[in-house]
Amino acid sequence: MTPMLQGLLTIVIGVSACVGYFYAANLFLDKVLLPARGPHAGRNINRANRIRPWIFLFPALFVLGLYLVYPVIGSFHRSLFDRSGETFIGLGNYVALFNASDFRISVFNNLLWIIVVPASATFIGLIAAQLTDRLTWGNIAKSMIFMPMAISFVGASLIWKFVYAVNPDIGLINAFRFAFGAERSVDVIQIPFWNNFFLMVILIWIKTGFAMVILSAALRGIPEETIEAAIIDGANPWQVFFRIKVPQIMGTIVVVWTTITILVLKVFDIVYTMTGGNFGTEILPSYMMSYMFRDDGRATAVAFVIMILVLPVMIWNIVQARREVR
Amino acid sequence: MDSIAGKKSRLTWAVNIAVVLLVILWLIPTIGLFVSSFRDRDQISQSGWWVAPLPVELTFRSRVDPRDQREENGRFIIEGNVFADPANAARFPDGRGEVVRFGIRGAAPSEFPAGAEAELRTGGTLAVARDGAFRVDAPEAFERRGPTIYFEARTPPQFTMQNYWTVLTADGMDRAFINTLTVTIPATIIPILIAAFAAYALAWMRFPGRALLIAGIVGLLVVPLQLALVPLLRLHTSIGIGQSFMGIWLAHTGFGMPLAIYLLRNYMAGLPRDIIESARVDGATDFQVFTRIVLPLSFPALASFAIFQFLWTWNDLLVAKVFLPSGPDFQVMTVKIADDLLGSRGGDWGILATAAFVSIGVPLVVFFTLQRYLVRGLLAGSVK
Repeated sequence: MTPMLQGLLTIVIGVSACVGYFYAANLFLDKVLLPARGPHAGRNINRANRIRPWIFLFPALFVLGLYLVYPVIGSFHRSLFDRSGETFIGLGNYVALFNASDFRISVFNNLLWIIVVPASATFIGLIAAQLTDRLTWGNIAKSMIFMPMAISFVGASLIWKFVYAVNPDIGLINAFRFAFGAERSVDVIQIPFWNNFFLMVILIWIKTGFAMVILSAALRGIPEETIEAAIIDGANPWQVFFRIKVPQIMGTIVVVWTTITILVLKVFDIVYTMTGGNFGTEILPSYMMSYMFRDDGRATAVAFVIMILVLPVMIWNIVQARREVR
Repeated sequence: MDSIAGKKSRLTWAVNIAVVLLVILWLIPTIGLFVSSFRDRDQISQSGWWVAPLPVELTFRSRVDPRDQREENGRFIIEGNVFADPANAARFPDGRGEVVRFGIRGAAPSEFPAGAEAELRTGGTLAVARDGAFRVDAPEAFERRGPTIYFEARTPPQFTMQNYWTVLTADGMDRAFINTLTVTIPATIIPILIAAFAAYALAWMRFPGRALLIAGIVGLLVVPLQLALVPLLRLHTSIGIGQSFMGIWLAHTGFGMPLAIYLLRNYMAGLPRDIIESARVDGATDFQVFTRIVLPLSFPALASFAIFQFLWTWNDLLVAKVFLPSGPDFQVMTVKIADDLLGSRGGDWGILATAAFVSIGVPLVVFFTLQRYLVRGLLAGSVK
């Protein structure tokens, strides 16, 4: 029970330290540093109000800087050194990576993931959103499809291990094959090339609910007049959906798509649990983990490659955010 | 929405069927795991979970006791019942069962159908009836041991909590469960507090560089975690935290911060301006406005971030693998399953299913009870 106690103690200390910091800093600013009385009361109040935002922001900015901004620079810096971290080798790690065949395989697989997973999850999510919106029991159906969202990637991988199992009395796929007269079991996880798709199914299964929930809210936000007008003009349900509704929620579809794309570049758990990167299923995040603790130079180089892949989305997000704030 | 034009779609039934199929497709894998976690270990690998309520045919063996033999007309007869064998008593407590097939060699335990007569290698015959009664008829006396009967018997479906006991007591999942809680709770609560103050400053205080900061935080939302692992582990080691709970709490706080600030700021910025302005006019300081007005009003956003962060830290494998030492004292459940159980218990499906279910049980409960907040948080984060 000690770690539990330690945890509780940390909550108490952490929370009271946070509250204490904000409270004390405010008090110090108002009463000691720039008191709102005496000959300069007005000027002091103004100054205090200019400083206060930074008191509120300081802990968050500190944590962000340390845990997200510094690592970008720190990782790049580390990736320029060799395994021991002492010899500067310039872009040596990157050159070595691009010459390694397993790195090229994982880039290729990762591109497959980036194309297939967001596209399938968004598409199925869109269909599910449209279909469930019309039903009386739509919310129950939604919550069932949304459920995998709560399951860890490790848990999900185990769940699907049962579906993919070689033993036809455990694996559903092989049970079906036997039911239709197959003679031997197949291990779908070991079929070259196609095994990647069986791993992608797991992430699609998890992420479809996410796409569905967001797209369903977007579908409900469509002005009814546009649909009404289309129906009066004689559009059939397919036309209403693909010509009227989808174009109007294109912005949301792009957001969902990019969010899942970013996620695909981070998930190493599925490959790690299902194949450990064997049978030609390595992707960049799992490839990086295979170097973690062994060759930090190489690991950070892979991480930086992932960062470069994410960069366009990041810039696009920032542009969007700046437009919104204005 | 098609009914607006006064026309009920003919597709309605098709839609219903399609959704039913989709839901079944989505649920089946999880149901399989759930059913398997309650099944008996031997039954799991003998019949699919989809026929779990049906009896399962399992193979047993029974050694015929030569002390029971009697001589009849120069031949040696042993009669008895395979279900009466004390070795199988655990399975057939009432000494009754149904033999489907039987055999005389371990390599072919189901060579003959029940009721048939098999030739023994030593000469003589063996007959096993459906109710388990057997009769050995041999020309010579059995000296030290009798023949072994292999038989396939129909066993009733067995659902047990045994897997849960094994997982929670023998396999160290109890410790992993506590470790997961230890990681999760502080890593959920502390970032909320820090982020709430920052979100308030970004939403309701005017200062130069505010827009830039917001854009920066949006940019940080997508920074891949992988970048942080190596430099931060080195940093933690150099300042003496090393791989420890302290380190992982800090790491989760940092990694959750952009989403926390983003969600909370979006929500707080949408609060009615009048309330905050009038409080300020009445002389409330920013600190008071925040703690008395904005914080209570932001409860839904706080709750949805808390759920996100809870699910994310509970389900995380990557951060736990890197920032915690690998011993059993620090293993969280995801690491335990991925690194330990899949290796050592790779073929033990019952244990795997149960371990998985123990680890996803808590998030599922949180999900189904607090789904409302989760959906709201998702929407606030993605659509404006």
